[in-house]
Amino acid sequence: MKDKRPVNLDITTIKFPLAAIASILHRISGIGLFFGVGILLYFLQISLRSEAEFDRVAVLLDGLLMTSLLGLILLAVIYHLIAGIKHLLLDLGIGESKQGAKTGTIIMWIMFVLVTGVAVGLLW
Amino acid sequence: MDYVCACYRSCGGAAMVNRAINFRHSGLFDWIIQRFSAVVLAAYTIFILGNFLLHADMDFHAWKSIFDSIFTRVFSIITLIALCAHAWIGMWTVTTDYITSVQFGENATVLRFVFQFFVFLIVTGYLIWGVQIFWGS
Repeated sequence: MKDKRPVNLDITTIKFPLAAIASILHRISGIGLFFGVGILLYFLQISLRSEAEFDRVAVLLDGLLMTSLLGLILLAVIYHLIAGIKHLLLDLGIGESKQGAKTGTIIMWIMFVLVTGVAVGLLW
Repeated sequence: MDYVCACYRSCGGAAMVNRAINFRHSGLFDWIIQRFSAVVLAAYTIFILGNFLLHADMDFHAWKSIFDSIFTRVFSIITLIALCAHAWIGMWTVTTDYITSVQFGENATVLRFVFQFFVFLIVTGYLIWGVQIFWGS
């Protein structure tokens, strides 16, 4: 039996308001972190072996490539964390209205920029 | 068992088979696990970043002593389990949303299954590897 009802889950035809972009980025950052965790575990394992290995990792992480890669993972962590907190607040019924969703997304972006700024300032 | 019977009456046999293929008891269970694990992951992230702030110039001995402490070990293992559950549920959700017959036609089921299988392998790998790192030495 073929279902003839119209289905519009074709993501190429759906409009993306700000909240939808925030949501898709939550997923993209999540997929990125799924692989990023492997990179973090790898460096953690090496860095805990010995002082020489620790220093080797420190030098490696100072390079442009690894700094960019770790910076990207850090951005994904911060974004995924803040978007996740917003998600939990929505679960509690906070910011569920149409206006609330817009305000919430704006607050989320402000928090993302602030936390990223603080993290970059403190870590580098 | 009551739940299963109730479902059988209300959804019918075919739906039961579908549920079995999906390896799922209830979406609500996943929903709760995803949120509990999220809180654990958030706490651990703040814990690790906080350690970087406390040790302005982190050296090997400070780094090693953090991960040698029993507190960090237990916290790390709990977080590792939370991470694996969180990643599995998250990736499962994404695959069932985007690897469907709308995007991939009749190959969708096989493709999704293969993808989920690799996700499962990676998650299992992280779990074993993580235990080795946090508890091994």
